[in-house]
Amino acid sequence: MGAYIVRRALIAIPLLAMISFAAFVFQHLSPLDPAEVVLHSQGVPKITDELIAETRAELGMDRPFLIRYLDWLVSCLQLDFGKSYVANQPVWSLLGPALLNTLKLTLVSVAAILALSVALGVACALKAGRWLDKSIRGLSFVLTSAPSYWLAALMVWYFSVKLDLLPTSGMDSARSYVLPVAVIAIGYAGIYFRVIRSSMLGNLNEDYVLYGRACGLPESTLVRRVLKNSLQVAISIFGMAIPTILGSTVVVENLFAWPGLGTLSVRSVLSRDFPVIQAYVLVLAAAFVLFNAVSDIASAAVNPKLRNDL
Amino acid sequence: MNSLEVSNLKIGDDATGRALVRNSSFLVEPGSCTAIVGESGSGKSLTCRAILRLNPAGLRQSGSIALGGVDLTKLSEREMRKIRGRRLCLIVQNGMRAFDPSSVVGVHLRETLNRHFGWSRAEMTARMGKAMESVRLKDPVAVMNSFPHQLSGGMLQRIMIALALVLEPDIVVADEPTTALDTVSQYEVVEQFASLRARIGCSMIFVSHDLGVVRRLADEILVMRDGEIVESGPTRKIFSEPRHAYTRHLISAKEALNRRFNHVMGGDDVVDR
Amino acid sequence: MRWLRPIGQDKLAALSLFLISTTLFAGLFAPFLAPHAPDEVHMELRFAAPSWEYWLGNDQLGRCVLSRLLYGIRPSVLWVGVALALSAGIGTIVGFVAGYFRGATDAVLMRICDGMLSFPGYVLTLAVIGILGVGLENILIAFALMKWAWFARVIRTSVRQYADSDYVRFAKTLGFGDVRIMARHLVPAALPDMAVAASSTFGSMILQISGFSFLGLGIQAPHAEWGMMLNEARTVMFSKPELMLAPGIAIILVVSAVNYLSDSLQLALDPRLATSRRAPHSRTVAESAKLQGSEVA
Repeated sequence: MGAYIVRRALIAIPLLAMISFAAFVFQHLSPLDPAEVVLHSQGVPKITDELIAETRAELGMDRPFLIRYLDWLVSCLQLDFGKSYVANQPVWSLLGPALLNTLKLTLVSVAAILALSVALGVACALKAGRWLDKSIRGLSFVLTSAPSYWLAALMVWYFSVKLDLLPTSGMDSARSYVLPVAVIAIGYAGIYFRVIRSSMLGNLNEDYVLYGRACGLPESTLVRRVLKNSLQVAISIFGMAIPTILGSTVVVENLFAWPGLGTLSVRSVLSRDFPVIQAYVLVLAAAFVLFNAVSDIASAAVNPKLRNDL
Repeated sequence: MNSLEVSNLKIGDDATGRALVRNSSFLVEPGSCTAIVGESGSGKSLTCRAILRLNPAGLRQSGSIALGGVDLTKLSEREMRKIRGRRLCLIVQNGMRAFDPSSVVGVHLRETLNRHFGWSRAEMTARMGKAMESVRLKDPVAVMNSFPHQLSGGMLQRIMIALALVLEPDIVVADEPTTALDTVSQYEVVEQFASLRARIGCSMIFVSHDLGVVRRLADEILVMRDGEIVESGPTRKIFSEPRHAYTRHLISAKEALNRRFNHVMGGDDVVDR
Repeated sequence: MRWLRPIGQDKLAALSLFLISTTLFAGLFAPFLAPHAPDEVHMELRFAAPSWEYWLGNDQLGRCVLSRLLYGIRPSVLWVGVALALSAGIGTIVGFVAGYFRGATDAVLMRICDGMLSFPGYVLTLAVIGILGVGLENILIAFALMKWAWFARVIRTSVRQYADSDYVRFAKTLGFGDVRIMARHLVPAALPDMAVAASSTFGSMILQISGFSFLGLGIQAPHAEWGMMLNEARTVMFSKPELMLAPGIAIILVVSAVNYLSDSLQLALDPRLATSRRAPHSRTVAESAKLQGSEVA
């Protein structure tokens, strides 16, 4: 197991290096000169070539490429991502709290997805082929084909406007979580519950269930065994869900004005605030790689057979 | 001990309307061993599972299955659960898949024994340990604390036999218990089946397509083909004067293998008990 | 195309196919089919209910909703299809090269793919929009850049399976060229997996791209696009929620049809899923790839 963890971690390192390099190169791909953006955002009335040169020097852009990359990388590791062009404050002071908020939303959503897909997956597997199974699958099919923002708008219209039960935006209380989490959970649970269902069905057909029944064990015991074995398969998939959702709360966050990474990133893209976008790409991609590694290790811990895969 | 009488057993597939087992009737005398032979798909396993009422919901079965005069098909699911394991014990083909892969095998053994007898943990371990030693499983405690993938198919098969020894059922139904094993484990497992009957005096239904094993264990033989019993009778008679063409075909086809098996088993003399 | 036949037997799949082809047709010929110009403003008709002249009513600027819906097919479906074809094309070539030649080529290409796939889809898209600016074409570029690696992985796995088969080895011993072997043997064999992978991505791409337009990062007003129409409807959602219906339902219908077709395609190509009572233990290439690529919009 220890060897597996080391091997898995070694795979992550070149990936992280590649990501950081891509994120660094990224800012040089832009057709706009960062110095100009800075001057524009500071409201400098007349932009002269001298001013641009001065600002470029100030931003450290006249040094060799590789030196700048290494410098940048070292400061990134110390959470120093430079200054936002627009807000004129350190990027991390914007990104840190936003990351935390998105993480909160993600974790609550994953918990909801887990509960929902296990409940639905088990119910459908036990009633496979009956109307309950068919109607749940049919409904989930339509719901996963609907744009989440459309579902969100309908839910806001119903729960917040018509019934006046839930807040439409912000992150003020526990009630603020209900709608965003519901929208995210509906979308993903519709995919993941099928995994649980088919894994349960596969297990229900296994000989150990037949033998357990033949030994006179009650169905509840057998369902418990099947569930345990099905969840093992599902763990790796749920492990994948955390990073995936972390990176795709963009639409929901913007819709519900959630003060997280999604809102911050779209705002930064619209105002072309490069340091923020760059840090956002770097931090999320790094989180993605790390979570994937952690989820692989977790699956290998549960299922020894996976340890030989690397 | 009780006899098992199956009469007019029919099994059909609801979805396709196809008949899978047609009108089979047979009697298993107390303490005797009946073997069901036939190629795969002939309805052997379905018959076994029908006796325990374990066929999937999509299969419809009719006819009566009387265990000591009680018709099992008339019992509620709850009553049936008490009979499974305690009075009718199934031993499945592939030991590797018979146990929950994510628990040590002891968990299943204890859950089963606790269900039927309500013994204390210590008593279950003690009785199970004794039974496991008697089927030549060394170090029972270590075996009980092993995961199925850490044990061999033959060991798992013998664990099932040991569990049957403790449960002392009226009838042991063994569904191709030796098919998935190599020759040496096959020999060990067949020996344990032979002594299982001697020790607890149960009757046995033994499904196999290996006629060598059948010759070693069975008193009576049923030959099945396409869901029908085409021939039945005492073992020696079936082997010496098979009447049905299909039986003759089976015996001749297995002749070569049979000879080799008898060689492994130590000659023909074991049959003549 | 023998593997397409089972789809004809499934009525819902046939309906889905019909719906998709009708949508594509309507999008291509929108100028001839649309009763009005999509950006023709009639302030006196704001929020008008459906009428004989305006079948689906008028929006907040009095524009014909039906015409906007029809024109919206172009960016929402047709251009998404182009981006899909582009990324599937790149991915297929890379996947073939990696899967067929193996060794160092394979290792290098797959590490690049790993790198690409380690960026969550939304993040990469936002990064590209950040560099190139707001606009539908930039989103499409971002999608093509992002998805090819995923296709490459799927195709590589499938090619590797077939490249090991005896008839390919036989062809190699006979001295056939690599290109010929690929074209003759591997492309037809890997085609089903490509079809399933592409069709399963199409639905989520439609959803995601409409999502970016909804956020105002995609196509700009006054052009019609379904996500954009929903974005505009959102501003008047509390007073006129019915404006959300037409574009929303259009998206659901098209995406459902695509997803259903993709599922039945997969079923048709993998008979194990359809016939056996036992659920398969090893998932198919396309199915597991589908799960990995699942990002909900």
